[in-house]
Amino acid sequence: MRVSRKLVLLVLMLFALGVLAGCSSKQEGGDKAGGDKAAVETIPVGINVELSGDLASYGSNSRNGMVLAIEEINQAGGVLGKELKAIERDCQSKPDEAMNNSAALVGEKVIAQLGPLTSGAVAGSTPVMMQNKTPLIAPAATAENVTVEEKTGKTLDYIFRVCYLDADQAKRMAEFALNDLKVKNAVIFGSTSDDYAKGLAKYFEEAFIAGGGEIVAKEGYVNGDKDFKATLTKLRSKNPEFIYVPGYYTEVALLIKQARDLDIKVPIGGGDGWDSPDMVKVAGVEALNNTYFANHYSVEDPSPTISSFVKAYEAKYKKLPDSFAALGYDSAKILAQAINDAGEADPAKVAQALAQIKDFPGITGTMSINEKHNPVKKIVVIEYKDGKLVSR
Amino acid sequence: MLEFLQQLINGLSLGAIYALIALGYTMVYGIIMLINFAHGDIMMVGAYVGFFSIAVLGSNIFAALIFAMLSCAALGVLIEKIAYKPLRNSSRIAALITAIGVSLFLEYFTLFLLTPQQRVFPEAAFPLHKYQIGGLLVSNKDIFIFVLAVILMIALQYIIKRTRTGKAMRAVSLDREAAILMGISVDRTISITFAIGSSLAAAAGVMIGIYYNTINPLMGIIPGLKAFVAAVLGGIGIIPGAMVGGFLMGILETMVSGYGSTLYRDAVAFGVLILILLVKPTGLFGKDTGEKV
Repeated sequence: MRVSRKLVLLVLMLFALGVLAGCSSKQEGGDKAGGDKAAVETIPVGINVELSGDLASYGSNSRNGMVLAIEEINQAGGVLGKELKAIERDCQSKPDEAMNNSAALVGEKVIAQLGPLTSGAVAGSTPVMMQNKTPLIAPAATAENVTVEEKTGKTLDYIFRVCYLDADQAKRMAEFALNDLKVKNAVIFGSTSDDYAKGLAKYFEEAFIAGGGEIVAKEGYVNGDKDFKATLTKLRSKNPEFIYVPGYYTEVALLIKQARDLDIKVPIGGGDGWDSPDMVKVAGVEALNNTYFANHYSVEDPSPTISSFVKAYEAKYKKLPDSFAALGYDSAKILAQAINDAGEADPAKVAQALAQIKDFPGITGTMSINEKHNPVKKIVVIEYKDGKLVSR
Repeated sequence: MLEFLQQLINGLSLGAIYALIALGYTMVYGIIMLINFAHGDIMMVGAYVGFFSIAVLGSNIFAALIFAMLSCAALGVLIEKIAYKPLRNSSRIAALITAIGVSLFLEYFTLFLLTPQQRVFPEAAFPLHKYQIGGLLVSNKDIFIFVLAVILMIALQYIIKRTRTGKAMRAVSLDREAAILMGISVDRTISITFAIGSSLAAAAGVMIGIYYNTINPLMGIIPGLKAFVAAVLGGIGIIPGAMVGGFLMGILETMVSGYGSTLYRDAVAFGVLILILLVKPTGLFGKDTGEKV
């Protein structure tokens, strides 16, 4: 009995060992075969975005843009004679999931990771990418410290982005107001409930004053407010030549409508938080005339690159591409360009090539990557003209 | 001075909305001593009914207003029958908590049914006209909302003071048992109270839709709370009090935003509530009978 039990155990152990060995050898073989095959035909690209959770709509639109770009690249013959192969992971709008996904993607030997969208989730992925010397391209993370080490201010070698920073878009609007609209003074009336709008207000003020303008008043509202007439009446008496309204379209649309109702006819400007079809519906076509906002791109831009992108996206997904889709598309295309420039599918070399990108023609502007790994591009200012979006 | 008058107009139109909501609050409280926290959400339902009858059925603004008022009257009666009637003889706190439950149910059921996406009231239903009077800007919306609030208040006052139903309401309010003994149908009276109160809320909801263009499932919360403060400010249970309280509240908020800052507007509004409760708990129009609140 005893002996037989021992025997059984031994047999079982041997069997287990055999299975394990078989497994590992099989996997090795598989890996080798896969590796060889991959070396010939495909380069894996990690897509790590928010496909569920609070930011699912941003993440999935961006993912659509990335996938469309990869398809187009492969149809045009791929990179270095190989096809790009997307490996998708859902970071569930959480920084720790973003980190786990990055670890898994690096394990699958991706050439680079595209995404996540928010600055917080990118920060989750950053340590893993840095350790494994694999580049990360953030499509839409706008916080200042995404690409640099927070304490030292040193640029992170493997972290890049293709979107502008909030400071850039506020500066663009300040310069647009001063140089194109030729205004001399402005008031700021923005949301005080989120860091995004507060940041824009601060950067706009700095840039506007630096450009020789004068800020005559600063007012704030709280997200969810519906009545802005009291503050607008007060601002009207200051006779401003320009009103800067950093915030999201829900409040901004009502605010603009009420301003026009109070006969405030001066130009009004803002940032990419304005970007929504609801603006025209809520504020009305007439009220929106003479309003401007900085944005990543305009879906109604007539340039051939943009309109062919819009057409392809619409044909594939049956909806119009928003800024996140365009930025996702650009992040995949800029990666392909960097792989080509590097001349081989090696993550570290691709990172070096990314840092050298000059005048890359993206949907969201022609961009060059600067020493802080941020894109330098001309930010588009969009004017509402009789309900249509016109790029300036 | 001109700016002050303009701010006064802004305040009056905001106040008219608070007054309309406060009227329903105060009326329900006056009759059955229940703070109906679902009132703001009934207003939201009214706004949606108004929206759908304009946007889908293509009715004009007055038909939408009446349709919304009728639907919400029915909703109010239904809520009373299901949620409040079984608790009529329980403690007051039980009914109050149920009211909060009904409020949350209405908010999140609508959120589930119609998504959190905001809806845009069709502008064509009530086109804007602006009038310039000696440098002051007044719009037809300002006038409409103000006049509607005043008319509804007068009608309400008339119903309560001059009709048999109103007499029954006052009797139920004064002493429910004695009212029963006098042959008054308490159930029916309370149902009518809810029907009228809820239809006033619906009117306010449609007005908000017209005035601010957008509606969403959580739009009732803040105006509901502000209207509650307005009702307490005027003396809860007293109809002219709700009206005056609503206007005062609107003007106060406007002046705080206009001469101070938007950021402490709500703090001032709720600070006023605390102050009233400390100094004159019965409100501006309240008599010190010791039976209220």
